[in-house]
Amino acid sequence: MPPVALMPIASRANRGLRRVPTAAVWLGGLIPALWLVWLLANGGLGPDPVRPLEHELGIWSLRFLIAALCVSPLLRATGVNLIRFRRAIGVLGFGYAALHLMVWLVLDIQLRWDEIARDLVKRPYITIGMLAFVLLVPLAATSTNGAIRRMGGAAWRQLHLLAWPATIAGALHYLMVVKAWPPEPIVYLGIVLGLVVLRLGRIRRSAPA
Amino acid sequence: FAVAGPAFARYSVDEAPTSLEAITSYNNFYEFGFGKEDPKRHAGAMTIDPWSVKIDGLVEKPGTYDLADVTKGQTIEERIYRFRCVEAWSMIVPWMGFELSGLLNRVGVLPGAKYVAFETLARPEEMPGVRKMNLDYPYVEGLRLDEAMHPLTLMATGLYGEPMPKQNGAPIRLVVPWKYGFKSIKSIVRISLMDREPPTTWNMLQPQEYGFYANVNPQVDHPRWSQASERRIGEGLFAKRRDTLMFNGYADEVAGLYAGMDLARFY
Repeated sequence: MPPVALMPIASRANRGLRRVPTAAVWLGGLIPALWLVWLLANGGLGPDPVRPLEHELGIWSLRFLIAALCVSPLLRATGVNLIRFRRAIGVLGFGYAALHLMVWLVLDIQLRWDEIARDLVKRPYITIGMLAFVLLVPLAATSTNGAIRRMGGAAWRQLHLLAWPATIAGALHYLMVVKAWPPEPIVYLGIVLGLVVLRLGRIRRSAPA
Repeated sequence: FAVAGPAFARYSVDEAPTSLEAITSYNNFYEFGFGKEDPKRHAGAMTIDPWSVKIDGLVEKPGTYDLADVTKGQTIEERIYRFRCVEAWSMIVPWMGFELSGLLNRVGVLPGAKYVAFETLARPEEMPGVRKMNLDYPYVEGLRLDEAMHPLTLMATGLYGEPMPKQNGAPIRLVVPWKYGFKSIKSIVRISLMDREPPTTWNMLQPQEYGFYANVNPQVDHPRWSQASERRIGEGLFAKRRDTLMFNGYADEVAGLYAGMDLARFY
């Protein structure tokens, strides 16, 4: 239960949030992509546009995936309810991951399949990044109301626990690709691991003594 | 009778140079930050006049040489070289510079010397990356003496016919075109002749990934990425990926330096 002091604030926030259509999240989620297109058209991505494009799409994917994992802890900690938006946030995370992968395949490695195959086997950061994407595919594919109905809530929830390994793999993928130790990938991985600790703590507390 | 062409034409490639804009806005110079755009943004604060280079170790005339003295008597010429970064991108750079061998001959290499060590300026008040100590500074690099004496090895003082932009390593830097870019140390303040292999920054940081030799070699991959091909900077979103050439295309000139060496071991 969230702290009592937060409750009036949370309920006011929730009243406001109920008026926000989920379409707003979908449209808002397109802003980073449109921003990248605008930068691209205006030379704002510099002399090597492929790299920042690839990089930004990957980072945005990770941000949305992390945001989706934050929805439950936020509800428990503060009472602010974003559950209604979680599907859009998660699917946006998948969409940016798919664009990130496409940019790598088409613009970066340029469909050199022999190099791609070797990279997938020999480069742990690529293997892990691809694993993250593969784990997200069934989640995106079962993100409709119809799929939830067909699968049943319990099975659907179980499958969607894959969001956890997918996000952890995404954050690891980011940390492994950089030279030296720049702060951003360490921060992202730290946030993900923090969420994992919260989640595991809850499982342990709710387990029968 | 035959007239020899100018010596430098022999060493220049005839590919179209990368634009000055790209060469000066896409740099790895971690003293100014990790981002490719950081050097252009922050290098303006670096004082390059006065500038002196300490030359010491196994030399006949050690001392602290003013920049004008370092370049004195050397012929500055244009060399259009391929430049291949260990991160699998490349450029074509029209450097201005003189052969390092000219400088080493002038200061006199003593018989015991086998290696040359170089050091970059590390001035925290002008370099945000040094303030943060994002690497172990000062940045150091090194060459075997025969590599240093090779006519391709340049002390570069400019590019595109102009003095060296600060973000590219003003006022004087090394250029070793058959090695990955991190060997071509920037903004040099010290050159030492040594009898043993000197420590080098990236090798100390991640020895499994960055060797002392760091010769461009499409057959020896970086542990985390392939070195078989490269992206050419400055050619836009649809720049065609190119196959990386052995010794960055300078195999005819330098392969002999490594005869009999296992290049997968001495990477």
